[in-house]
Amino acid sequence: MREHVTAAAELGGESAEWPRALAGTGPRREEALARLHELLVRIARGEVARRSPRLQLTGPELDDLAYQAAADALVAITSKLGQFRGESRFTTWAYKFVMFEVSAKVGRHFWRHPGVRLDAEEWERLPDRFGFDPAQEAEWRDLLAALRRAVDEELTARQRRVFVAIVLNAVPLDTLVIELGTNRNAIYKTLFDARRKLRAALAANGYVGDDGGRRS
Amino acid sequence: MNGWSALDRFLRTDPRDVGCAQAMEMLHIYAEMAAVGAPVEERYPGAAAHLRACGPCGEDFEGLLTAMRGKAH
Repeated sequence: MREHVTAAAELGGESAEWPRALAGTGPRREEALARLHELLVRIARGEVARRSPRLQLTGPELDDLAYQAAADALVAITSKLGQFRGESRFTTWAYKFVMFEVSAKVGRHFWRHPGVRLDAEEWERLPDRFGFDPAQEAEWRDLLAALRRAVDEELTARQRRVFVAIVLNAVPLDTLVIELGTNRNAIYKTLFDARRKLRAALAANGYVGDDGGRRS
Repeated sequence: MNGWSALDRFLRTDPRDVGCAQAMEMLHIYAEMAAVGAPVEERYPGAAAHLRACGPCGEDFEGLLTAMRGKAH
């Protein structure tokens, strides 16, 4: 990574100036905070709008979500200012926190949604989740039965819970993070290990090849 | 994409995958390299593998790229 590390000063005035102003005191800091907040709100609104086709939210709710994300991103940025090492433009580093906060707020929104079912095991949804054609059930029935057996026999209780929530019930990963009181990395790792186990079980029983291809 | 390939893609794991924590830590660096067309997947194969496989991190990456393009620095 060393060759990519660029000192903030080399990035031009703005990327060097932001951390100085935000770490300072008095009116200069207040002005920088106000300017950064305005920028973050604009970025958050753009990001929420970009994701809106996949969200069950209306105009005012989207705006609220954007403002909350921008406010929390500002808190994160000011508290982590010492971690900015000039490896990118300051604004790119700052926008990253907007993305994280928008994701967290969207996850929380789904968590509150009454339609979200975390633990119900609706196995009949499995074919649809992966796009299997009902008209060709004879071709995939055994495969999915083997997958279900592998879920029952190979996964730990936690891996099974994460698999059921994310795959069967289509619960967003960031929503599961809130439900289980953990973080994105931990859920991803749990699902990663579950995926590896399930694939190995299907390969061992001849349903997929070692190279990942379908064995017919 | 049919069900077989979707299931295969879901179950396939890449041992180089660095996970969410590391990918999020370097997302701003990765995004800037990607935005200028640098060979970022070759430079950071573990992060690239993760961003391909992890929906939420991939979404954050796409959002960051869009934000960078929308706002002249």
